[in-house]
Amino acid sequence: MSEITYREAMREALAEALSRDERVFLMGEDVGRNGGCYAVSLGLLEEFGPERVRDTPLSESAFVGAGIGAAMGGMRPIVEIMTVNFSLLALDQIVNNAASLLYMSGGQFNVPLVIRMTTGAGRQLAAQHSHSLEGWYAHIPGLRILAPATIDDARWMLWPALEDPDPVLIFEHGALYNEKGELTEATPGLDIASAAIRRAGDDVSLIAYGGTLHTALESAEMLAAEGMSAEVIDLRCLRPLDTEALVGSVLRTHRAVVIDEGWRSGSLSAEVAARITEDAFYDLDAPVTRVCSAEVPMPYAKHLEDATLPQPVRVLEAVRRLGA
Amino acid sequence: MSATRRVPPKTGPRSEAARADAHLVHLLTQMLRIRRFEEQCVELYSRSAIRGFLHLGIGEEACAVGVMEALGPEDAVVATYREHGHALARGISMRATMAELEGKLEGASRGRGGSMHIFDAPSRFFGGNAIVGGGLPLALGLALADHLAKRQRVTACFFGDGAVAEGEFHETMNLASLWHLPVLFCCENNLYAMGTAIERAQAETDLTLKAASYRMPAWEVDGMDVVAGEKTAPTAAEAVRAGGGPHFVEMRTYRFRAHSMYDPDRYRAREEIERWRERDPIPALTEELKARGLLDDAGLERIEAEVAAEIRDAVAFADAGALEDVADLERFVVSEKGGGQ
Amino acid sequence: MGDFTMPSLGADMEAGTVTEWLVKPGDEVHRGDIVATIETEKSTMEIEIFEDGVVEDLVVPVGEQVAVGAVLAHVRAPSAAPLTAPRTGAPASPGAPPVVTGEAGKVEGVHGKPVVLSPVVRHLASEIGVDLERLHGTGAGGRITRSDVERAAHTVTRAPEGRPGEAPRPDAGRARASPYARRLAAEHGVPIHSLAGSGPGGSVIARDVRAAAGVRAEALRGAAAPVPAGSATKGRTAMRRAIGALMARSKREIPHYYLATTIDVAAAADWLERANLERPVNARLVLPALLVKATALAVHKVPEMNGFFLDGDFAPSAPVHVGVAISVRGGGVIAPALHDADQLEIGELMTRLSDLVARARNGRLRASEMSDPTITVTNLGDLGVETVFGVIYPPQVALVGFGRVSDRAVARDGLLGIRPCISATVSADHRVSDGHRGGRFLAEIDRLLQEPESL
Repeated sequence: MSEITYREAMREALAEALSRDERVFLMGEDVGRNGGCYAVSLGLLEEFGPERVRDTPLSESAFVGAGIGAAMGGMRPIVEIMTVNFSLLALDQIVNNAASLLYMSGGQFNVPLVIRMTTGAGRQLAAQHSHSLEGWYAHIPGLRILAPATIDDARWMLWPALEDPDPVLIFEHGALYNEKGELTEATPGLDIASAAIRRAGDDVSLIAYGGTLHTALESAEMLAAEGMSAEVIDLRCLRPLDTEALVGSVLRTHRAVVIDEGWRSGSLSAEVAARITEDAFYDLDAPVTRVCSAEVPMPYAKHLEDATLPQPVRVLEAVRRLGA
Repeated sequence: MSATRRVPPKTGPRSEAARADAHLVHLLTQMLRIRRFEEQCVELYSRSAIRGFLHLGIGEEACAVGVMEALGPEDAVVATYREHGHALARGISMRATMAELEGKLEGASRGRGGSMHIFDAPSRFFGGNAIVGGGLPLALGLALADHLAKRQRVTACFFGDGAVAEGEFHETMNLASLWHLPVLFCCENNLYAMGTAIERAQAETDLTLKAASYRMPAWEVDGMDVVAGEKTAPTAAEAVRAGGGPHFVEMRTYRFRAHSMYDPDRYRAREEIERWRERDPIPALTEELKARGLLDDAGLERIEAEVAAEIRDAVAFADAGALEDVADLERFVVSEKGGGQ
Repeated sequence: MGDFTMPSLGADMEAGTVTEWLVKPGDEVHRGDIVATIETEKSTMEIEIFEDGVVEDLVVPVGEQVAVGAVLAHVRAPSAAPLTAPRTGAPASPGAPPVVTGEAGKVEGVHGKPVVLSPVVRHLASEIGVDLERLHGTGAGGRITRSDVERAAHTVTRAPEGRPGEAPRPDAGRARASPYARRLAAEHGVPIHSLAGSGPGGSVIARDVRAAAGVRAEALRGAAAPVPAGSATKGRTAMRRAIGALMARSKREIPHYYLATTIDVAAAADWLERANLERPVNARLVLPALLVKATALAVHKVPEMNGFFLDGDFAPSAPVHVGVAISVRGGGVIAPALHDADQLEIGELMTRLSDLVARARNGRLRASEMSDPTITVTNLGDLGVETVFGVIYPPQVALVGFGRVSDRAVARDGLLGIRPCISATVSADHRVSDGHRGGRFLAEIDRLLQEPESL
């Protein structure tokens, strides 16, 4: 088994999808000639041609809407939006159309569309390229929201997402593209619905996804050094949430810390905390605690950005506050 | 009118010569079905059988009827929230349409959509879109799918003059033209975006200029003249189908009633409405048919009677329709197993 | 400025842990107010204050163990300005509804199963002084809901004492417990209120309950993990250890002597039967009440039995506070005081006795009840025990034991008859009295029991 990067894993997934199904095409800003803003689709234009690796103008609403229409027209589009901040320009299409059409049409028109976009901070890109707004999308019925945090998920989530008859949004944390790891063969167990236990533990559940999975794993390592056994849950699928997995973990550990790069107020972390409180209240030995980004637009300066983001030291503080 | 940006109607397969006189009666009948249906809607709204927003297109029937006549069953339609006329002209049954307005399970969208969201898969009728401008990118995508699948189809996309102010309009025009996609843009310019007159909303009120700036054939037609529409639409549709890229048709029309029920209509002068009423497409065509001896009073009465019977049947059907089981409330948020395309 | 100190609640008590503060700085307190709960090795108790004033500050936080005599709080003398009215919401003044201390494990649902209480219910009940144990839950599974408490609060505000609904706010610094800890406590029958919290802010968390329950943490991991059968709980072990230490000290220091006699209780039984005919079922008297009363009155004749041996000297006690030995759930015994038992009318004594037993078994005793007994009575008759030779509770000097009532052949007035009899014993401190006085004491008890109407 050789090591590949998250970026390469994603590229392999795209290439596989384009090869396997001629209805699949990739569309977005700079995905073709430029090989993708994050070089994810590098080489795909040459391999699959401009019809199927389609550069778009900076018209997020139109090309996302076109993806929806093409999906209804029988294609399997993969639409790439450069960052989640830009997806706000297509919010109308994603929420009012992609998520609603099946229901609004009484079950007649499903939208088998995949939208990929980068999310998250950590690269000093400041307040219009760094936010983690996936929690907003996870609010919307009709959408499936995925957050691949590992090499395997980057490689193997795309195909099942394309097989989903309904719209799937895949959030790729920008700091993950250079992550290296060993790729395992696709296993039948790999799905796009359940959370995964990335590290088993007894004393506290660290619940994370996407970019914060590494924060959680690092924190767990540090906690282990202090003699504390942390379980790390990777949500993987932000909607629908795998409540069962969350509750299952809390039944073992009785404590939970949610680590989310999104802001705390009205957030996905709030949803996770609420689910645990609703379904595992009498197993909680401490309040569910959250480690989120500071509630500021992302600052540019490195030290400020670091201070904004959830860091392991803050996770450790939170765990200690729980008395674990 | 510069010829560089106005493509004169060419003679299509449905040539003037080939058009049977009976077809004119058919056009009149279609318009009457829509008109009487919507008049019935007012009554049903008044007795609360229809709720929510109800946008009537009374006065605009010629646009829908004219364009739909140019489409084949394989083509797609993306309509607006003022789409009863589009739905009926496209061939969705009056029963399913009325049942939808009454929120019944037998409705076109199982009562999930209502007046603004009529959908019908068999006739490739993709709604019923109530976000102004929101339907345009969808039409773009449907056309993109046809393009990629190398299907010779047209996607007719209806929108109003209000949508022209939306960014989605410009993004879509640009992409459709850039990618040379088979979309027939049908702009129903009724001069008002809700209560805002076009002069107060558009720096350039000649909408064809905007489309032409995206390098696509664009022209305007009299939206109150179904025959004129019928002459233009097929030509444009065939050009689109033949790989001519997107075309833009602006239909100058007018709604006689307010934007929606309970719109006090404070923004239009009575005189203006009366002036447009004089151009009502239905009496106009009726007079023409009578003048040419193609229709007499008895014939008209017969049509009216048939339409009335269809409406009575549709209302009875809708009234007797079932309410969807609340247990099914969450059905179709996501596809059901085995469902979907 | 006065110091409110950790009281000595028993000779064996060296230290105590504050488990709950029922007052906060700025609160007005009056003599007799319950101001805190503390935990000792033997029990958890409410402790009262003995002066009037205003709480200046709380020195010892919840969860901290301090030695007897350590300052727990400072109390400022009441201001010169006269108080306009007595503080209506003083915590648990006599007659006030009991302050809820939130023992999840003690509350039972309609099906008799322990139910867990939501934090808001506990909090609300505590705030407005509703006794959760008296409520019937209307929530799922008999769970007590917020509205149950609110309904009950209505009743509280219309209590006969006429106390307004304004309630104490005993939540300043009160121990909190996690939902999981509460659930575990309920499952294991651990009075959560008795636990010192080791969680954040002194909150009681699962490990505190586990420690108390003596159940190894490993065994509890996983919902289905069974509790090891027969594992002696740590809490019980602690109590056993405390009793052991006290009794060892007693036997080490007190030269016991033991006397026994058999008392004919036919007259007492007859009198009880007659008296109970006139009493409602819930006010019926039982023999132990007469035994306690007789003991209490008997010390008037033999005061060497009533008081404390302290610092090498006997200090007789004028009040007669009879300690009543009560076995508690999960093993162990405590002997809280029935205050002024000699002064109580028998019906009243009966009521107080029932109340004392109930509270002892619920871990809701007051501090003074633990520290005050001047003599102890133990009655093992209901277990079929013939004769009890007890061990004196230091620093008391006598313990009276009663066995079971049994019919015996008794010669009386020259006739042999079958009479109900009871064995009465006294274990007494030879440093204070001798067998003669002890015998006199037993004889006096006998005499009193022959005239039950005088009790």
